[in-house]
Amino acid sequence: MGSPSGQKALSRPSSVRFPRSVAARLSLAFIGLLVLCAAGADVIAPCPVEQRTADRLLDSPSAEHLLGTDAQGRDVLSLIVHASRVAVIVGVGTTLLSMLVGIPVGLLAGFSGGILDAVLMGTSEVVFAFPGILLALLLVFITQNPTVWTLVVALGATGWAGWARLTRGQVLQERGKDYILLARTAGAGTPRILAIHILPNITSVLLVQVSFSVGTAILAESSLSFIGLGPQDAPSWGAMLSEGAALFLCSPYMATFSGLAVFLSVLAFNIVGDRLRDHAARDAG
Amino acid sequence: MARPVLQPVAVVVAGRLARTALVLLGAATLVFLVVRLVPGDPAVSILGDQASPEQLAALRERMGLDLPLGEQYGRFLSEIADGSLGTPLGSASPGVTVRSRILDVLPFTIELALTAVLVASLIALPLGILAALRRRSLADSLSLAATLVGLAMPTFWLGPLLIYLLCVHWPLLPDPASGVTGWTSLVLPACILGLALSARLTRMVRSSVLDVLREPYVAAAYARGLPHLRVIVRHVLRNALVPVVTVLGLQFAALLSGALVTEKVFARPGIGTLLIDAVARRDYALVQGTTLFIGVVYVLVNLCVDVAYLFVDPRIARGSRREGA
Repeated sequence: MGSPSGQKALSRPSSVRFPRSVAARLSLAFIGLLVLCAAGADVIAPCPVEQRTADRLLDSPSAEHLLGTDAQGRDVLSLIVHASRVAVIVGVGTTLLSMLVGIPVGLLAGFSGGILDAVLMGTSEVVFAFPGILLALLLVFITQNPTVWTLVVALGATGWAGWARLTRGQVLQERGKDYILLARTAGAGTPRILAIHILPNITSVLLVQVSFSVGTAILAESSLSFIGLGPQDAPSWGAMLSEGAALFLCSPYMATFSGLAVFLSVLAFNIVGDRLRDHAARDAG
Repeated sequence: MARPVLQPVAVVVAGRLARTALVLLGAATLVFLVVRLVPGDPAVSILGDQASPEQLAALRERMGLDLPLGEQYGRFLSEIADGSLGTPLGSASPGVTVRSRILDVLPFTIELALTAVLVASLIALPLGILAALRRRSLADSLSLAATLVGLAMPTFWLGPLLIYLLCVHWPLLPDPASGVTGWTSLVLPACILGLALSARLTRMVRSSVLDVLREPYVAAAYARGLPHLRVIVRHVLRNALVPVVTVLGLQFAALLSGALVTEKVFARPGIGTLLIDAVARRDYALVQGTTLFIGVVYVLVNLCVDVAYLFVDPRIARGSRREGA
């Protein structure tokens, strides 16, 4: 690094090492499986998603249908595999969208201060006024016939505020440090300081949040799907759970396994996030 | 960098009040804009594609959607100002407003949220304190694992499973489908909601106790020869639980929306069920009003917690708690 920040960047590497505990490895493997299912659902799922077997309604698990069938005679395992696509797209898409909006807003607010800071943070505060999935719920409700992308936009429109706040806090800690002053003295402008000096130094703190953010988005997506505001054009775990919960006494399998899919996915992303945070804290300390 | 400026608490409180008023206006405006500007015609959405143009026009007129945007905004704000929050869809009697619908079910949600907070505290306080005092022990690892599981557990999954096990398979509690009311019907939803909250709270208690254990006055207390239990109870817990109590306050407000899914699972009346039913019936005024109501309660509880904190610890008024300023 030939920049004035070289010394600083070397003193605190912004790399995030991969965690090595058993739980973290299992979680990473599960996330791999999830992505694989999402990418190759058509090949991996034992049956096409719309295939109905009329004489096999609400069947128990069998060799033919490993996780049983739903009220329309569809294979539950195939539905779960196909629904992983919605979970992965919403989890990753929401996180990327929130970061793309939130991080620049946080950088700008933290570094510029003054009126711009007040306006940007005031806006994020308005978004924070709606706890949980409330604002996303309103957004999805208004757009009729939501698709998976509606959910990405709705959850991204609420998720950016957290990223902006986190980034701003980090920028405030960095901007008073000597290496920034040096860079300024050397004639670097604000965009250069933000992109080349500050951003690399706060990357590790931001990266740790990625995993949690994906997990939170998956949970939010299944909550919305559960209350009937999920994508109307694709199977989702939340909608399966809602359908399965109503028929729990006749056949507990659909609700049990689709819920298990949500639980394990969110758990895997949270465990990875947790271990990354521990590592980052150890590196920083 | 901001210099610490000594300000009287009253000035800080006035500032917070002004800021809160702005946030509330912003929140109302956001709800208004989302409902008006996001593509989709409410009239078509309510009446369906088969409705005649006359029917659509009549509904738009009744909902005030045919007015210019500025006038709609004025009307919207005046409905907030007079407290009615608008008129729900298909309400024939003039007395029924969004506010009256909310107030009808609010006690059920408050009852559920309060009980859930109680359950969460009963789990999180002992578990978090134990985990902090026996750091890196088996108990600490187990509590960490339990919180990870608790954070990932969807309440809408645990709910049906426990209803099946505890209400149908071994009928210890009344089945929500049977319509039984009374405290027994509150046990399961409160436990499920409380369990979800206790995961976050346990971590908070643990880190707060750990922070206080590192304070010099704890070492000083031990140096004075005070017994261990006395140091923990009088010095550590008393200080560690202040931030925890404020978090509990905020969580209570957040539970208003967290109860959303739980209420649906247990078919309980409440704000959540009101909102979800309104979504299903595409009742714009009710969805808009309920969303805004939850937002306002959340912001106001936030404000109360902030102000209470100022009086507990006046250092915060000088900005020493703010991002390293």
